[in-house]
Amino acid sequence: MTQTYVLTDLDKLEAEAVHIFREVAATIERPALLFSGGKDSVVMLHLAAKAFWPAPVPFPVMHIDTGQNFDEVIEFRDRTVERFGLRLIIASVQDDIDAGRAKEIGGPLGPRNKLQTVSLLRGIKENQFGAVFGGARRDEEKARAKERVFSFRDEFGQWDPKNQRPELWSLYNGRHHKGENMRVFPLSNWTELDIWNYILREEIELPELYYAHERTVVARDGMLLAVNRFIQPQGDEEPFDVMVRFRTIGDATCTGCVESHATTPADVVTEVAAARITERGATRADDAISEAGMEDRKKEGYF
Amino acid sequence: MSQLLRIATAGSVDDGKSTLIGRLLFDGKAIFEDQLGAIETASAARGFDGPDLALFTDGLRAEREQGITIDVAYRYFATPRRKFIIADTPGHIQYTRNMVTGASTADVALILIDARHGVLEQSRRHAFLATLLGIPHLVLCVNKMDLVDYSQERFNEIRAEFEAFASKLEVPDLTFIPVSALTGDNVVTPSTAMPWYEGPALLGYLEDLHVASDRNLIDARMPVQYVIRPQQADFHDFRGYAGTVAGGVFRPGDEVVVLPSGFSTMVTNVWGPGGSKLDEAFTGQAVTIELADNLDISRGDMLCRPNNRPTSTQDVDAMICWMDGDLTLDTDTTYAMLHTTRDTRVSVKELEYRLDINTLHRVEDAPTLALNEIGRVRLRTQKPLHLDPYRRNRDTGSFILIDEATNNTVAAGMLLGASQNEPNIVWHSGAVTREHRKTKGMTLWLTGLSGSGKSSVAVEIERRLVASGRPAYILDGDNLRHGLNADLGFSPEDRKENVRRVTEVARLLADAGVVAIVSLVSPYRADRDAARAAHEDDSLPFLEIFMDTPLEVAEARDTKGLYAKARAGEIKDFTGINAPYEAPMRPDLLLRPSDGDAGTLAGIVIDRVEQT
Repeated sequence: MTQTYVLTDLDKLEAEAVHIFREVAATIERPALLFSGGKDSVVMLHLAAKAFWPAPVPFPVMHIDTGQNFDEVIEFRDRTVERFGLRLIIASVQDDIDAGRAKEIGGPLGPRNKLQTVSLLRGIKENQFGAVFGGARRDEEKARAKERVFSFRDEFGQWDPKNQRPELWSLYNGRHHKGENMRVFPLSNWTELDIWNYILREEIELPELYYAHERTVVARDGMLLAVNRFIQPQGDEEPFDVMVRFRTIGDATCTGCVESHATTPADVVTEVAAARITERGATRADDAISEAGMEDRKKEGYF
Repeated sequence: MSQLLRIATAGSVDDGKSTLIGRLLFDGKAIFEDQLGAIETASAARGFDGPDLALFTDGLRAEREQGITIDVAYRYFATPRRKFIIADTPGHIQYTRNMVTGASTADVALILIDARHGVLEQSRRHAFLATLLGIPHLVLCVNKMDLVDYSQERFNEIRAEFEAFASKLEVPDLTFIPVSALTGDNVVTPSTAMPWYEGPALLGYLEDLHVASDRNLIDARMPVQYVIRPQQADFHDFRGYAGTVAGGVFRPGDEVVVLPSGFSTMVTNVWGPGGSKLDEAFTGQAVTIELADNLDISRGDMLCRPNNRPTSTQDVDAMICWMDGDLTLDTDTTYAMLHTTRDTRVSVKELEYRLDINTLHRVEDAPTLALNEIGRVRLRTQKPLHLDPYRRNRDTGSFILIDEATNNTVAAGMLLGASQNEPNIVWHSGAVTREHRKTKGMTLWLTGLSGSGKSSVAVEIERRLVASGRPAYILDGDNLRHGLNADLGFSPEDRKENVRRVTEVARLLADAGVVAIVSLVSPYRADRDAARAAHEDDSLPFLEIFMDTPLEVAEARDTKGLYAKARAGEIKDFTGINAPYEAPMRPDLLLRPSDGDAGTLAGIVIDRVEQT
């Protein structure tokens, strides 16, 4: 057979992500990778390990810990970080609340997604990180669709959508002054389906929550929420058992699950390919706040 | 095997561009129900009937409020056959920088034309920028066909008008599709309203578009991005040069040269991401290469092949697009430059002209470049660049300029080649060397008596070479005397001049990658030797092929009746009769009629050509 010298779309996405990891490691001092144990951050870490083989990943990982996580995910996080032999830095939202730097909204069980920004910026500052890798994808949300791969943040960690650096070819400008930093998104051009196809191909281990399992849930605001120590039935809500899986994993207080019988990566690929609702639309109460929810949070310094 | 296709679109809402993209995504089932719900809510709030598909592509609140698109938005969709990334940019002149950004990585550009208005200034500007950025395929979507009664005549009119304009640009591949984004005609499904159009619908075209041969697989280039040295027990001596292949193919065993040092060594291993061992690595792959020798190699160095190197120079000519809104081009300052993985400082020696992107006129006395302006500049870099012209290679021919105070990216540039105005640059064009050409040129010099069979063999050689994909061209002595050599007779002096001119033409053809087949009596040994020397001076292969047909055989053939006339004294200076023929002492090939017919003799020559 004639060699056609063509990369498949997954190989191409992988090559571009590897290029981005190497570019940051070569040009920016003290990078770190945001790692929550969620599927995008797991894929990102897998790619980072491939980029520097046979050397270890040359930067630490950081988790912005809201204190409202699924227990299984924290267990998975610690196991994975140990397997890769990496240093884990935890920036705790609870610490910031206790110190009065962040103010709880709606009591101890209220949403903490917005509060993560405070801890993230503190983590970056304390560790003097010049670049932070995030697993955000442009297909996730309309404000993300316009963000650069190398996204400049000023000394207050803020994103200015109208004043982004032009980004051409694969020439990335990561220059910044002390105190400023870059957010770098190696998965920018991946879609949810690409992520799952890659997980399938590379046999990447994920927290079990991503696969169908039986769970007690309540229906609230058009979503299914898992009953746990953060979420309890309210009013006339009737908890019920059903086969579900999580399409995204955020805080246990606000991440919904979807009915599913997909128990393997291949099942999930089939399910995602047929899905008619975006993953954030299906499972994130926090994005539904306003038409510009993500845009506003990003401007304040969110990923 | 699913492949990625990157599409750049440019246009304004008036062209129906957003509606077209919305239609592709909607009919391609890439708009999700919750997104559609949000669009329906927003459309209702603005007082529209039904969902305005354009709202889907307007991401930021500021844009929705002002009804504009302020930046490049990336959209993703996939069909069972392909994954698509759309870089969507607004079309107004003040967004040239966004268009350039979106176009920089695109395989294909979609340009929308409103069928009612025809080719506007904006359409021409988009086409120009697409070709400036080297997008290999251009598709003109003639939109709103429903508003011109699906008229074939109108479509052909627009097509002719655009083709006339495009002839001024370097457009490698141009396609026209009549569509209606609003009704969906020819977007995803072929239109029934335009039976006169026999081409594919837009989506079908995009799914089938062949882009594999757009990449440069000839010039092996790998800019070293990062050096991997694990310094661990398992890989104690491992030293890998990581980078993304920017051209050609690298294989274990290949001899490579490292620039700028010029040291040569051999590739021992090629590793894919994660340590998959590869037989070869080609353009676009992120790899790690191990080399046989322990050389001092660092980020910014370039691996290439010894007989195919990029141009290395500190003086370059380039087209740049200015991208900063606050600063303008300053010839008194230095900028930081990023080219491949190489960082250097650069000063702009001269702004040669600003290009008016609407008229394509050159403004020679432009004082500077401001936001969205494009011009040609001469640059001097602090460290040498290892570059190929942008037309040849988008990866090794592109760069950005960064303002050192603000760290902002202020310009994007496309290299034309080594600067022509610098005295230290040799005349040899510098932009394209012989190795850059796809085919290897040479000269086959067939000498022999009139009627010896040179022309018949030459015709057969040319036919076979061209059929095998190798460019070839006959320079026939008789034919050239109708034009190039019409002023020459048959005296020894004129014959010498005749050979000199044919030599020069053959040399140019060979240099351009063509096999020049000279069919010329060329009776004087000294003239033929001069032709050979001229080629050898230029390192061009030259084969002297002697058609050793005895005079009596040639005279017996006398296909043109010339021998008879010569014998009758009607022609003077006829070689073999009343002028000498000096047979070659050591021809590269000797062909005799007894060896076979013209086809057989041509076969012998071609075997030799393929060995050369």
